[in-house]
Amino acid sequence: MAILEVKNLQKKFGDLTVLKGVDFSLEKGQTLAVIGASGGGKTTLLRCLNFLEIPTKGQIFVNGKLIFDADDERTLTEKEIRQNRLNFGLVFQNFNLFPQYTAFQNIALAPKLLAKEKPEFAGKKKAIYDEIDKKSLEILNRVGLSDKKDFYPHQLSGGQQQRVAIARALVLSPSVLFFDEPTSALDPELTGEVLKVIKQLAEEEMTMVIVTHEMQFAREVADHVLFMDEGIIAEKGSPEEIFTNPKNARTKAFLGRYES
Amino acid sequence: MFAEVLAALSKGFLVTLELFGITLVGAIPCGLLICLGSMSKIKPLKAVLRFIIWVIRGTPLMLQLLIIYYGPGLILGSNWWGSGEHGRFIATIVAFIINYACYFSEIFRGGIQAIPVGQQEAGAVLGMTKSQIFFKITLMQVIKRIVPPMSNEIITLVKDTSLSRIIALQELIWAGQAFMKSAGIIWPLFFTGVYYLVFSGILTVVLGKIEKKLDYFKV
Repeated sequence: MAILEVKNLQKKFGDLTVLKGVDFSLEKGQTLAVIGASGGGKTTLLRCLNFLEIPTKGQIFVNGKLIFDADDERTLTEKEIRQNRLNFGLVFQNFNLFPQYTAFQNIALAPKLLAKEKPEFAGKKKAIYDEIDKKSLEILNRVGLSDKKDFYPHQLSGGQQQRVAIARALVLSPSVLFFDEPTSALDPELTGEVLKVIKQLAEEEMTMVIVTHEMQFAREVADHVLFMDEGIIAEKGSPEEIFTNPKNARTKAFLGRYES
Repeated sequence: MFAEVLAALSKGFLVTLELFGITLVGAIPCGLLICLGSMSKIKPLKAVLRFIIWVIRGTPLMLQLLIIYYGPGLILGSNWWGSGEHGRFIATIVAFIINYACYFSEIFRGGIQAIPVGQQEAGAVLGMTKSQIFFKITLMQVIKRIVPPMSNEIITLVKDTSLSRIIALQELIWAGQAFMKSAGIIWPLFFTGVYYLVFSGILTVVLGKIEKKLDYFKV
């Protein structure tokens, strides 16, 4: 069964239709790369899936369960949306780390706030917090930054900040992790370290959706590639199919710009 | 003579200090309310508050003080403020709180609007509630941004208290000037400057310390 299934997702901003009906599904452990020119709706798609924008139409299923239906008021309440968000993690283009917290605090903050809401929290605060601290450190270690634990974001390089941001998303154990152009805000010499972490996650079979302009990377890491153009999925296929033998004329034109 | 002057000036300074303290304590929460209102989605409320802010910031505090103190008596025929020193003090407090609340509200608005929307979004995708986002993420960043402009306003307030001299509130300047009339000496008036300098000096140090405390992160 698909871990994530998106049906007929549409998004309008006033008169402008940015997503014109997007359908796709993703199996557990797979990595999906989303490519396409700017303005094609890639970022809006990610923002809709994380409910930073509320889709105008369409449905979202996680593990076969309908979590969102634009026509069903009950899935649109603030409480429901907040709950649904926890199925997913999102890594932003410009990191959005919290500047007043250290790398470690950035990671541990959200799980601690969530833990407070659990009924068993009252008597076991210390044990629960210790557990979260331990997990946060493990994850910081996984992205290779345990030595930067107590550094504030402004003391870290862009690549390090993005790795902390990845750790911050991972600590909540999302079913699917989304990346919105994770290396676009980085200097070229810093993209490698971030891509390496993502590649490592792919090997560990984390389910991921990556919006990227790094074609070589998409080709290496993705199980499937979506080419988005003007608010629809113009073509989908394996990296091999899309990159070596694209069928859609627009895909060809788009990829042509990346050659030479 | 010196002891007499010192006693009179200190008594005046106490009034200045009260005016300063009460204005600050009153104007900060009022400023926050005006700020939230001026960013509200309710258009008429927003328009009215923006208009008031424009008027208050666009006219001299001295004029506002005169209108608030004399206005009710001369226009409406009833003196709201009561007679004597107490009445003058209340009118001054009202004028100062309104004026400073408007300035503060604009500082707060600037501070809140300067926080990138990505900060809230990052909190939201991590499952935080709106109030968690405000208290755990936004608030500290807003405070860091508003401390320097607030420090400026607070130092300005120290000196602005002297404007209440215009309605004869018996604050520091009034106390110094009284000696010109009664004893024909001007040095007590000059000496009031020392009080302002020392007080604003202490505030500068304290506010600087707060600013420094927030230096551990950058926004």
